[in-house]
Amino acid sequence: MADIRNNFVGIKSPNPFWLASAPPTDKAYNVERAFKAGWGGVVWKTLGEEGPPVVNVNGPRYGAIWGADRRLLGLNNIELITDRDLQTNLREMKQVKMNWPDRALVASIMVPCDEESWKAILPLVEETGADGIELNFGCPHGMSERGMGSAVGQVPEYIEMVVRWCKQYTRMPVITKLTPNITDIRKPARAAKSGGTDAVSLINTINSITGVDLDSFAPQPTIDGKGSHGGYCGPAVKPIAMNMVAEIARDAETRGLPISGIGGITTWRDAAEFMALGAGNVQVCTAAMTYGFKIVQEMIAGLENWMDEKGHKSLSDIVGRATPNVTDWQYLNLNYVTKAHIDQDACIKCGRCHIACEDTSHQAITSMVDGARHFEVIDEECVGCNLCVNVCPVEGCITMVPLEAGAMDKRTGKPVSPTYANWTTHPNNPMAKVAAE
Amino acid sequence: MAEGLFKEGIVGGRLDSAQYAENFSDLHPPLDNHEALVEADRCYFCYDAPCMQACPTSIDIPLFIRQIATGNPLGSAKTIFDQNILGGMCARVCPTETLCEEVCVREVAEGKPVQIGRLQRYATDVAMEEGKQFYERAAPTGKKVAVVGAGPAGLAAAHRLARHGHDVTILEARPKSGGLNEYGIAAYKSTDDFAQAEVDYVTAIGGIKTENGKALGRDYHLADLTASYDAVFLGLGLTGVNALRAEGEDAKGVANAVDFISTLRQASDLASLPVGRRVVVIGGGMTAVDAAVQSKLLGAEEVTICYRRGQEHMNASIFEQDLAAANGVVIRHWLQPKKVISEGGKVTAIELEYTAMKGDKLTGTGETIRLAADQVFKAIGQSFEPSALNGSGPSVAMEGGRIKVDGEGRTSLAKVWAGGDCIAGGDDLTVSAVAQGRDAAESIHRALKD
Repeated sequence: MADIRNNFVGIKSPNPFWLASAPPTDKAYNVERAFKAGWGGVVWKTLGEEGPPVVNVNGPRYGAIWGADRRLLGLNNIELITDRDLQTNLREMKQVKMNWPDRALVASIMVPCDEESWKAILPLVEETGADGIELNFGCPHGMSERGMGSAVGQVPEYIEMVVRWCKQYTRMPVITKLTPNITDIRKPARAAKSGGTDAVSLINTINSITGVDLDSFAPQPTIDGKGSHGGYCGPAVKPIAMNMVAEIARDAETRGLPISGIGGITTWRDAAEFMALGAGNVQVCTAAMTYGFKIVQEMIAGLENWMDEKGHKSLSDIVGRATPNVTDWQYLNLNYVTKAHIDQDACIKCGRCHIACEDTSHQAITSMVDGARHFEVIDEECVGCNLCVNVCPVEGCITMVPLEAGAMDKRTGKPVSPTYANWTTHPNNPMAKVAAE
Repeated sequence: MAEGLFKEGIVGGRLDSAQYAENFSDLHPPLDNHEALVEADRCYFCYDAPCMQACPTSIDIPLFIRQIATGNPLGSAKTIFDQNILGGMCARVCPTETLCEEVCVREVAEGKPVQIGRLQRYATDVAMEEGKQFYERAAPTGKKVAVVGAGPAGLAAAHRLARHGHDVTILEARPKSGGLNEYGIAAYKSTDDFAQAEVDYVTAIGGIKTENGKALGRDYHLADLTASYDAVFLGLGLTGVNALRAEGEDAKGVANAVDFISTLRQASDLASLPVGRRVVVIGGGMTAVDAAVQSKLLGAEEVTICYRRGQEHMNASIFEQDLAAANGVVIRHWLQPKKVISEGGKVTAIELEYTAMKGDKLTGTGETIRLAADQVFKAIGQSFEPSALNGSGPSVAMEGGRIKVDGEGRTSLAKVWAGGDCIAGGDDLTVSAVAQGRDAAESIHRALKD
């Protein structure tokens, strides 16, 4: 049986599935239920400084987009950090940690960007017995207007500064949570590393408007006729998050920096993909908010089964295994040639591959052969783009078949070269590095 | 338990009064909004969609379903009505299982087609409940067209002609318009007086005058019409019923299934409608199933359909056969009626002979059985009654007992078009009648323009 115990910057948990800092982790009641359901850890909903807590809107806090059968694909929220008193949160955290010593309990923190504020709160948190802290530099709405959250996360110098204070004033491991609302995710990650962070976690939510009410012309979610951009999360953001995880995992300056992966993780497979790209563990929120805490049972069992099937003994066997395969476009092998192939037995003749190719691509799929409805790839035209595979409703019906070296590519009329060659040496590239004569 | 449940003979009141309402409620209840969205999402929006090819009226099915999915049911209804102004009734009565849904790629892939019929009903219901009219009449042309028969073909023709600015007069023999939609469809397929609501919806375009109780050959002749109208469309339907050709079929208790169905549709109180305790229906088509199932729903204890050929030859679709079976109707094959047995003038049983194929010829085997019956329905097909057509003037050419038409619906007579069940080569489907009426109207319009 695969061992899925997790050790993330010294924080141990029975599995790599943590609940992200968010509404599901706002109080003891919820966190107790999460641990009972089997979650390996939680990042408690973000604490603010002592004093009167923040207030939330009393209208809608969430907006969403849906797929077929109203399946939730993306969620957006304008909820702020915890609106409960700091002492209440600290007291509950301490009790929960005592009740569940084998689970990870990490405190998310967001206080004003000055040394005194951080210096003041860290000992209070440490006293709860929390296993670590996560610096919320990501929250994109509300708090950012007050100079916190993503307002810090968008300025690498601030990140480095605050991380340094935290490392100075607490013995707890520091995880720096990054905002995706920046141009290059490597910059804040490098800054966090320079500040001495133990890890980064990403992504926080993405600035978004989920919809517009076409009767009132108000953005959604709508509060008394107005709306504000909220933070977008859920399955729809997973590809964006995975790219950012991979960027940090393969960056020369941040390579090896532990990453807690966040962003639309809904199933064990999503989790495994994040970990393969370099995440040491994962954090989940939207899936739990959609289906409840029980989903962790599927995640645990699914991950174990897959690891057993593939012979992976522990998480270290899978973490970062896909990272070396993430590269720049310029290094992709231009001599790798594929052609789409349609399995006629599996084809249900919907014709979507044809019309997608005919209208929008390369006119490489028939619709009619000898007077009969028939969809077949025309190798002379197929550039191997994979669009037909993506629009086909039948999984496995269309596949991309690589041509063997030496085989004729009917489109170019040339045999497939056996050697790897990329853009850096391509004759069409004016910057090509031509080998010396 | 109602007192009449096991009464011998043909009597009413076999069921508790509440049971009738339940038995004759909508066969396919309408989809609610969420169900419609979920079902619409199942459509793959196929290229050159097979469903559209299979529809006799060529409705752009992927488009209307996508319009439902995107929250535009009115646009969806217009897409449907553009091709088929009786899309509401077709959504209810089309044998979709042998048309659009049979060729749906999801039927091919997983045996579960997109429920095109129910989606079509969803969209057309929205438009009709709102009374939304999509078409305005073109400027008046001053041309007059007579439409004989207010059934699906006649209504479709009338609507299209009125759209083009012609003045239409519909002449209908029965007291109500709608044709088979009003008189010939099982009650659970068209509830809440839908057929009349649809007639009102179709004729609301204006420029259509309907005269009920006017029968061709009785009250006027074809020559009268060709003399006083610029064009004539014949949508006469089938008024004859084929005989059993069995001894004693005149006995009391032997009736035409179409008359039974029609009476049932017009009944204001189903409990008062008499039905036998043991009913035998002779035939293998939709009419046989409609009569058999409704007999059962009225409280008949035993209902048996007897068909002279095998299951695979039945005109009733598999869905209809299953519907019959689910309602407790027994379907027996390879049996042809031989003799109706009566006592005191009332039918008590029917004698049937087993049949077999000898080469490609169906013959009796000589072996017979008797089924006890106090009511026997004839549902072995309807025929065209040409006598009404040829009261005066030149006669209309026939083919195989029905009116001969060309590809545009033109008969052998100048100025006379025809469509629906009365023409040769049809498939006796409502939706085909609509297509023929519509296309004949376009042909008439082209002719009148010149």
